[in-house]
Amino acid sequence: MKTDMTRRDFLKKSSLVVAATVLSDKFFLYNASPAIAATGTAFKPHAFVEIATDDKVTVWLGQTNLGQGTHTGIAMVIADELDADWDKVEAKMALAAEPFKNPHANAQFTGGSTSIRSRWDLLRKSGAGARQMLMAAAAKEWGIDAQKCRTEKGKVFHPDGRSFAYGELVPKAKELPVPEDPPLKDTKEYRIIGTARDRLDIPDKVEGRTVYGIDVVVPNMCIAAVARPPRFGAVPVSFDTDAAMAVKGVLKVVLFDNKIGVCADNTYAALQGRAKLNIQWTSGSHPDLDDESLDRQFQEDLQKQGAVTDSTGDAQKALAEAAVKLEGSYKVNFISHAQLEPINCTAHVEKDRCRLWVPTQGQTWSQTAAAKTSGLPAEKVEVNTTYVGGGFGLRVTTDPVVDAVSLSKTMGRPVKVMWTREDDFANDYFRPGSISTIKAGLDKEGRLTSWSHKVASPSIMSGLMPEQVKNGIDPSSLHGIPDMVYTLPNRHIEYVMMDLPVQIGFWRSVGYAINVFAIETIMDESAHAAGKDPVQFRLAHMEKDSRPYRTLSLLANKADWGGKVPAGRTRGIAVGSCFGSSAAHMAEVSVDRKTGKITVHKLVCAIDCGPAVYPDAIAAQMEGAAVMALSVAFHEKVHFINGGVKTANFDEYQLLTMSDVPEIEVYISDSRHEIGGVGEPGIPTVAPAVANAVFKATGVRLRELPFNRKALISG
Amino acid sequence: MISLYVNGKKREVEVGQDTPLLWVLRDNLGITSVKYTCGIAECGVCTVLIDGEAVRSCSVPVGDIKSSKIVTIEGLPENHPVKVAWIEKQVPQCGYCQPGIMLQTVDFLSRRPNPSAKQVDEALNNVLCRCGSHPRIKKAIQMAADLNRK
Repeated sequence: MKTDMTRRDFLKKSSLVVAATVLSDKFFLYNASPAIAATGTAFKPHAFVEIATDDKVTVWLGQTNLGQGTHTGIAMVIADELDADWDKVEAKMALAAEPFKNPHANAQFTGGSTSIRSRWDLLRKSGAGARQMLMAAAAKEWGIDAQKCRTEKGKVFHPDGRSFAYGELVPKAKELPVPEDPPLKDTKEYRIIGTARDRLDIPDKVEGRTVYGIDVVVPNMCIAAVARPPRFGAVPVSFDTDAAMAVKGVLKVVLFDNKIGVCADNTYAALQGRAKLNIQWTSGSHPDLDDESLDRQFQEDLQKQGAVTDSTGDAQKALAEAAVKLEGSYKVNFISHAQLEPINCTAHVEKDRCRLWVPTQGQTWSQTAAAKTSGLPAEKVEVNTTYVGGGFGLRVTTDPVVDAVSLSKTMGRPVKVMWTREDDFANDYFRPGSISTIKAGLDKEGRLTSWSHKVASPSIMSGLMPEQVKNGIDPSSLHGIPDMVYTLPNRHIEYVMMDLPVQIGFWRSVGYAINVFAIETIMDESAHAAGKDPVQFRLAHMEKDSRPYRTLSLLANKADWGGKVPAGRTRGIAVGSCFGSSAAHMAEVSVDRKTGKITVHKLVCAIDCGPAVYPDAIAAQMEGAAVMALSVAFHEKVHFINGGVKTANFDEYQLLTMSDVPEIEVYISDSRHEIGGVGEPGIPTVAPAVANAVFKATGVRLRELPFNRKALISG
Repeated sequence: MISLYVNGKKREVEVGQDTPLLWVLRDNLGITSVKYTCGIAECGVCTVLIDGEAVRSCSVPVGDIKSSKIVTIEGLPENHPVKVAWIEKQVPQCGYCQPGIMLQTVDFLSRRPNPSAKQVDEALNNVLCRCGSHPRIKKAIQMAADLNRK
């Protein structure tokens, strides 16, 4: 039985503390600290759940609230197995701690659409275990067999109708042993999972009470703006400390790691101070890099020999023998997360501890970065996760933690590091640009017999998780290709890993949105070449009744595919699977051939994420993903100049606006499939569905993101 | 010393006249519901009402406010139709942009109590929401308009 230091801070705040650990996929609970249990007044059979004597149930969360609804969803899962009274349930973010690590990875983070699906058994069992203990406590009081009791809405009932509220049972329940493997409810017994609930965090968000990272106030803190290299590899040559110090409120100018921090009494002074620094930077490592040079390099690198992976049969031979041959080249540009809350972190480094208040998606990595920067051991770093104003994968990175910890160390007081929007664009970990070609061959019957897919792109994992890269393959660069939803006999997959200085990272759905755009576009082209209906053609290449098969079938049914289309409009479709779920989209569009303007009138989405825990949050995620993916398809592109990022603010980076947001319908298949993710699967199939509808309207294939709408202008 | 009238109260702050209202509200008055996002009046996230009109607080020097009345989201009652509609339609995701968008909606509905869908779209085209809460914002605005008429 292990108890480690990392957990100790958390344990101190617990009462009866039973931590959970998971070896491979096996669940078990263990009592980590009976000594602490004796001092608490609440019943806390697991790190996730606490019941107070006033009947209040607190669900403790380690997953970041990015607005995706999992705080409520996780609470729903636990509350259901606990048979809690939902009106007495609240969800609270816990300090980063061991029990909140992802059971499949040795880290606490919120990404990969894993919050619920990686903990589906764990969450349910923590609720079910607590319920069993409450029943046992009541049974003991009544002197009956616990099996004879039943629970409902926060009460244990005696067969004769007597009852104890959960709160009344707290002192007894906490003395009992934690069941090792509590039985779970049958789906039919769910009273909270799968129902309509109001999100717990929305009232505070509507009242403006929610505290995001940027809103954190710590006594005696100062605010810092940090000047970071404006070009890749640039270092400061000179800067004017005196001019910055002359700004009223500026406290100190600190040079660290080739960055210059200006610490001040308030935000405006920090920003003004930084503006006065008049920094001269070197020209950096790639002074000639710009949009054009990047374009050239993508084209050149695509011609290079790449690493081959997950190939089957003989795609080359099959292509030579194919009755119909198709080839498409696809290009996806660098895009920004453009999350609205700028990057920030507040840190307070003291002699024997370091505290962080940070809107992070990566608690463990924040802790590690703070430990390394402060020189303190990781268990001396306390991570307070704040609410987050948009993450989308960016906030697993730790740059602001390093800044804030470095500066707090120097200043000897708490420091909040604030990035401006310009800092955010210049230092984002962009979704990488990518270029690819697909060669497809069809036989006389219109079946795909050959698929050769080559991708050239920079590698996210090489920078952020190098252990994931093997034999020249970054799996994230090829997302959606080896694991495509179609079963094909002859397949060749090749990857050219590009070496670029541009900082890249995880962006909602990672490589899937990039590669599924190409796959679903050429699938449509193939269906067209084969003279088949795009839905039927896709289904014919899938395993029958597989998750994507059923999802596409659901979509076709709900969207009335094959039905009457309003005059002047056309429809396109796309399907894909990622992060454990399948999603499909139908777009209904019209195209103005004079201007090239595409209007999306309607978008119908279907998702199969297995058990649908919180349907309204799933719908919200699908709506949001649709808007975000349309924004990428129509507008988004980061520009580069003189060896750095040119795009600086939202006047140069357009997002989709209200008029261009179509009517969106969402259909959720509450299936018996294994539980899947929800945050990301709604992204990849939106752009190809629109592009395929545009082809139907114009005969023009759009093979670049954002769409090159000039190609649509005719006459 | 500058006097400001915020949410019905007189507040005094010791700042330079050119300091953007945004930072005065956040840093000096602790009203952090007013958010920073772009600093150049592009996104609408920092919107407050000044004498009833939606204004981007990042681009207003505090010295220009004079005796005008400032309202932030805290200044609207809990049963305000916009707040009620935003909860009923479960609009916010991350929620960061919502106070600004709600305040812009208050201004819009005061001028257009009975808006068409197209008028809603056009009035809200200049605000940003990265989570994509747009479909629900549209529904909530229509609901708030309905509630206002009751």
